[in-house]
Amino acid sequence: MSTTLRPADRLSAWRVRWGIGRMRYTVEPGLYAVGHPTAGSPVLVSANYKLSFDRLRAELAGLDAWILVLDTAGINVWCAAGKGTFGTDELVRRIEAVRLAEVVSHRVLVVPQLGAPGVAAHEVKRRSGFRVQYGPVRAQELPAFLAAGMKATPDMRRVYFRLRDRAAVMPVELVWSAKYALVVAATFFLLAGLGPGIYSWTRLAGAGLLSAAMILGAWGGSTVLTPVLLPWLPGRALSAKGAWLGLVFLLGILVCARFYPAAFDSWFSLAAWCLLVPTVSSFMAMNFTGATTYTSLSGVRREMRVAVPIQAAAAVVGVTLWLIGRFV
Amino acid sequence: MAELRYLLGVVTLTLDGEKCTGCGMCLSVCPHAVFQLDDGRARIADRDACMECGACARNCPAEALSVRSGVGCATSVIIGALSGSQRSCDCSGSSPCCG
Repeated sequence: MSTTLRPADRLSAWRVRWGIGRMRYTVEPGLYAVGHPTAGSPVLVSANYKLSFDRLRAELAGLDAWILVLDTAGINVWCAAGKGTFGTDELVRRIEAVRLAEVVSHRVLVVPQLGAPGVAAHEVKRRSGFRVQYGPVRAQELPAFLAAGMKATPDMRRVYFRLRDRAAVMPVELVWSAKYALVVAATFFLLAGLGPGIYSWTRLAGAGLLSAAMILGAWGGSTVLTPVLLPWLPGRALSAKGAWLGLVFLLGILVCARFYPAAFDSWFSLAAWCLLVPTVSSFMAMNFTGATTYTSLSGVRREMRVAVPIQAAAAVVGVTLWLIGRFV
Repeated sequence: MAELRYLLGVVTLTLDGEKCTGCGMCLSVCPHAVFQLDDGRARIADRDACMECGACARNCPAEALSVRSGVGCATSVIIGALSGSQRSCDCSGSSPCCG
């Protein structure tokens, strides 16, 4: 199997990040050879998500190794480990299915460290005879790890959430939430035709477009800027960071209202967006917790207990003000 | 740049020092360097860095560690609350968890 990624591999990786055909992006579970492995070559364990598998094989140029691909239903190592599909049972089953004990003479498996939430090393040893050696978090550090006699430096064991990592998960966030944002924006747009007298197309073109733009602006701005600005936004709770970002958007709205007051059909509308824009921003940032690599479930529950009631109240008051704005 | 820090004092991680054999497995699997080895025993050195992934507890042969593990994802908490299930991080759907 090749360690060079073809342009087609790179193109499909890009497509997957943008959510196109993501669930079909799999490789067949089993044992693969990289270079010319022998009975003494290392065995590296991976998931059958093609993005994980490609990342791994691309880092192994010039090396001879076995890759044992587990059936994780096309999910990456980290998430599959959380769900348990990248786990002790599947690993032991796959070792037997490919008769690994007959292929290699040693009894060591290199399992990615991020698979550890699903794999109990001592149970794998007891059930299969293979000793699990946890490899580095990032596949790119595998050659150094192997060259050092399967020793990981402290840095190889650390998960970071740097700008590059945050930028990589941003499109995933943008795509999954886009349909909800569009539905909400369309609802506001259509409701904007309501008012004294009959349903008005003129109002659709005025308040309707403005409302849709406000929703989409708050959603898009927060979804793109929260990951980028994460370390610099004040507060620890993601909902707080999003609210701060929303206040920046709010300044933009106030500047707009100052120089172009006709954009808002009434004070009610202006007040409504002053509430709704930071609320949308806070909510979207809160949902970014799922894409981060450092938020705990206990922490997420704690921040939600505080943030969700505030967001809900602001949303109800904001929508009410906006609806009043239709009729004054 | 300092690593990002989440809320303080919320994590459910506990370590039973009596049971610990000092094998160091928790140090190997922790992605946030929560543990240190002092005098042949593991110690929680940086509790607030823990993201409750559960790797340490799963890999502790002495069963000295416990943590209520789960995915720190607001979307899955919302979906779980709406669908009445305890935890639902459905990676097969369009959810962003597990991106």
